[in-house]
Amino acid sequence: MADNNVVIEVKDLHIRYKTVRAKSIKKSLFSLKKSQIDEFEAVKGISFNVEKGEIVGLIGKNGSGKSTTLRSIAGIFSPDEGSIDIGDHTISLMAIGVGFNKELSGKDNIYLAGLLLGFTEEQIRAKYKEIVKFSELGKFIHSPVRTYSSGMYSKLAFSITAILETDIILIDEVLSVGDMKFKKKSLKKMKELISDSNRTVMIVSHSTETIRKLCTRVIWLHEGNLKMDGPTDEVLPAYKEFMSTSETSKKKAKKAKKEEKLLQYLDE
Amino acid sequence: MKKFIANLKRYKSYMIYSAKATLKGEVAGSRLNWLWWILDPFLFMLVYTFMALVVFGKGEPYFPLYVFIGLNMYDFFNRTVRKSVRMVKRNKSMISKVYIPKYVLIINEMIVNAFKMCVAFMLVVVMIPVYRVPLTWHVLEAIPVFLVLLLLTFGCSCIILNLGVFVSDLANVVVVLLKLVFYMSGVFYNIQTRVPEPYNMILLYGNPIAGLLQGARNCILYGTSPYYDMLGIWFVISVVLCIVGVRSIMKYENSYVKVI
Repeated sequence: MADNNVVIEVKDLHIRYKTVRAKSIKKSLFSLKKSQIDEFEAVKGISFNVEKGEIVGLIGKNGSGKSTTLRSIAGIFSPDEGSIDIGDHTISLMAIGVGFNKELSGKDNIYLAGLLLGFTEEQIRAKYKEIVKFSELGKFIHSPVRTYSSGMYSKLAFSITAILETDIILIDEVLSVGDMKFKKKSLKKMKELISDSNRTVMIVSHSTETIRKLCTRVIWLHEGNLKMDGPTDEVLPAYKEFMSTSETSKKKAKKAKKEEKLLQYLDE
Repeated sequence: MKKFIANLKRYKSYMIYSAKATLKGEVAGSRLNWLWWILDPFLFMLVYTFMALVVFGKGEPYFPLYVFIGLNMYDFFNRTVRKSVRMVKRNKSMISKVYIPKYVLIINEMIVNAFKMCVAFMLVVVMIPVYRVPLTWHVLEAIPVFLVLLLLTFGCSCIILNLGVFVSDLANVVVVLLKLVFYMSGVFYNIQTRVPEPYNMILLYGNPIAGLLQGARNCILYGTSPYYDMLGIWFVISVVLCIVGVRSIMKYENSYVKVI
């Protein structure tokens, strides 16, 4: 990397979904004709750099490739063309529910998740107490995750990613989880994490208000293309105008409103 | 290849911790649980011994041990390969959130099963003096046998894991195939003496599990050597399987999430 400050370097990223569904043996035996593969290009050649400490919001309507981009930066998808370079930074993707092994205890899952994120056992041990405390699970931490309620599940998931502080945090529409009290707490923690100047954050959200409050820069994706990339107060108005002329679903607006309310609540 | 070794190093602590936690989780359920790792093959040993000795009236020297060793080794192969078919689907929630080389999941499973096999082999250690099996230095020759078993299991599992993602009903086929391998491996009969002439050698050399089981018994029970020519051939084949398996996983693993 030429510039030391660049943490994420995305170059000409293409991601295609081939609709190769898993097939049964009978089907592949009896359909002699080659199965036609429908290709759908979710991301059509976008490039951008993210510098250290930046908080980048990804916006765009549904199906414009936001989540796909985020997942490929996290290394879950490989790009079909182009490249993504995150150097040797640790990275975590915060989405609804981290993958837990349900048979194991919460404690084991904390360690396993941490090890997968690239931390050593000592580092996790040092943070372990803080994670348990933040998650408010108490003695349940020693019971298997399958016995947890969905609230406990998401609290634990949130706590792991929030306390283990990776260099890069990717957030896919999860800023807060749990009941009202925990929601406030998690949102506060989120803000704290995000505002750390050593951390690089990318947020996918449908709430323009959230993006306006948190992000320093906004990347607008439209149908897999990069439509606009710039400071928040330049891109957002353009995006808002665009969205008001095209149709927005009511559901989305509702969800966004909810989140905005919460933010307000916190500011008071 | 370099990437493979680097990944093994990077995920070493994860694999160890995960295997430990899985084993612990199984034990935590009840106190009898770890006993099942011995009891399960032990009870099946009784069943097959009854079949062979009482029903067919055809045994081998140290027959219960003969069955027990075979059963344990077969179980290791069987459990790992069978789990590999749906490995990706089973771990979907994790795989779609964080990157993990998929062969790490297989190695995980292998550590767990190998540990269970070791626990079960403690019973062999106990039974050897009971049956007055003369111990010889040939026991050490079992080490290459187990090495080939590990490589073979890993290679097969990698290939099966990759296929299992794209072929939805592979599980049914694999179950039947594994059953076939079980009966063709002479777990409870001696292939060399019970199967008619040309076929016995074809089986022993063509079915790696059969050759490996017989090899291990030769070393442990009968004070002779394993079939080294067979071992050599299958060592090479296993390494090739491993390379093909790991390569195909590396090539396709990032599209798994798009399929499941």
